Amino acid sequence: MGNRKQLVEDVVHGIFLILGIITVGFVLLISVYLLIAGVPAIGKIGVIDFLFGTTWAPTGEVPSYGILPFILTSIYGTAGAILLGVPVGFFTSVYLAKIAPTKVKAMVENAVSLLAGIPSVVYGLVGMLVLVPLVRNAFHLPDGASLFAAIIVLAVMVLPSIIKVSLTALEAVPKDYEDASLALGATPVETYFKVSVPAAKSGIAAAVVLGVGRAIGEAMAVIMVSGNVANMPGLFESVRFLTTAVCSEMSYAVDGSLHQQALFSVALVLFLFVMLINAALNFFLKREKK
Amino acid sequence: MKKRKLILPLLATVALSAAVLAGCSGGAAEETVEGTVTTDGSTSMEKVIGGLGEAFEEENPGVTFTYNPTGSGSGITAVTEGRCDIGLSSRDLKDEELAQGLTETVLAKDGIAIVVNPENKVEDLTVEQIADIFTGKITNWKEVGGDDAEIVLIGREAGSGTRDGFESITGTEEACQYRQELTSTGDVITTVAGNPAAIGYASLASVQDSVKAVTVGGVAPTEETIADGSYAVQRPFILVTKEGEQLSDAAQAFFDYATSEAANEIITSAGVVPAAN
Repeated sequence: MGNRKQLVEDVVHGIFLILGIITVGFVLLISVYLLIAGVPAIGKIGVIDFLFGTTWAPTGEVPSYGILPFILTSIYGTAGAILLGVPVGFFTSVYLAKIAPTKVKAMVENAVSLLAGIPSVVYGLVGMLVLVPLVRNAFHLPDGASLFAAIIVLAVMVLPSIIKVSLTALEAVPKDYEDASLALGATPVETYFKVSVPAAKSGIAAAVVLGVGRAIGEAMAVIMVSGNVANMPGLFESVRFLTTAVCSEMSYAVDGSLHQQALFSVALVLFLFVMLINAALNFFLKREKK
Repeated sequence: MKKRKLILPLLATVALSAAVLAGCSGGAAEETVEGTVTTDGSTSMEKVIGGLGEAFEEENPGVTFTYNPTGSGSGITAVTEGRCDIGLSSRDLKDEELAQGLTETVLAKDGIAIVVNPENKVEDLTVEQIADIFTGKITNWKEVGGDDAEIVLIGREAGSGTRDGFESITGTEEACQYRQELTSTGDVITTVAGNPAAIGYASLASVQDSVKAVTVGGVAPTEETIADGSYAVQRPFILVTKEGEQLSDAAQAFFDYATSEAANEIITSAGVVPAAN
């Protein structure tokens, strides 16, 4: 009967709506909680001192809560990981989408999927036991745990996301575009870079955003290879990221103390960074579409 | 049935029963407890608490014993907030912490070993030299008799009991120039074992063959030197409980067991010196 079918439709729509609202609800919950937990400390410490202070010493005789070292380290670390990861990932995905023979493609795709599934802790462990001594010996440093080691680990971690999403975007380009280009006399490589890639631009941008998101939010892998000292960042210096700052001190910060509130503020800054990056990339994508 | 065939098994049964009864009366004739005992805190105390927990669980099969290695500072916070039964700390409680209503009971004394890579030629350092090394006044191994290599300082995170003990004994609070701040005693040992120019500090109980413990002022860290105080770099292992609050039966039983003389053997085999001597 028509009415019963309509009722079932409405009920199902309602369920989907509720599930969607629950999802949005979680995001709102996290955002609101972070704001409430993180803003008081920034107020007590002072925005300038907090965001631009260069000394982080919450347990010292005279506590100071400057997080500029963490902000800069996270920025440099993510930038370095993207600089290394995007070219490698991008060219790999072009190769896989257009040039690779089927068997090679299947094998490489499996390898990439495996890489994507490896837990962060394992990356950290391998980094600590293999990469850190390697960096130490290759660059004649006293110690290999540094921003450089963290950048390498992060670059490897963002590769799978970049490759997979770019691959999907490239494969979604209608074959007609490429056929037309080839028919007009362009070589295959010219076609790929002048026709397919621009057509898949938004997908590739999405892949980069995903990569940036993963890199800036990574804590476990990075804490084992970066040295974890709150210095201003230098490529071969021991550094602490926004993520590892929260991770290493949250468990013993006294409940309710300014120290704990400051850590929430660090988490809030991290959250704002991620939102900023998402917004910026969306903005650039929309502009391109005109 | 022939009587001879019955006598042997009968005798065996009597003999066995006598042995079992004799064994029973020799050991603890108390009832076993049931429940959970949750401990949280110092990573240095892993061996000791692990050994005590296992032995306690064997004697009391109805008990589940858990140990959460999160660091002394975190363990003290956990017991204050009621998230665990007994907190574990590898440093004395500070005045503010005692004022919050916490009680400390010394379980054992642990030496903090100053560890270097086994390839390092240096065998002995004085407390002053150690302080100068960690504050950055001495930067090269050749200044203390080793090879020409920059010294790499490995330390612990700010809430660590081991770090607190080390820094207060060497007088280097807030002055240490660490190259790395790791989050557990095990990590320090792994890192020092992997870098020939590294120096770090770790609980004596956790020192393995992968690293070498230097003698401090000529005194090697051993049980005797810790017990009589001649090894300078030592700190207490403490069980932290809330003042005035009754522990659960299982937790209280564990507490009594750990602080009794019956536990001394396990504590000693973990490499630390029992307080209940």
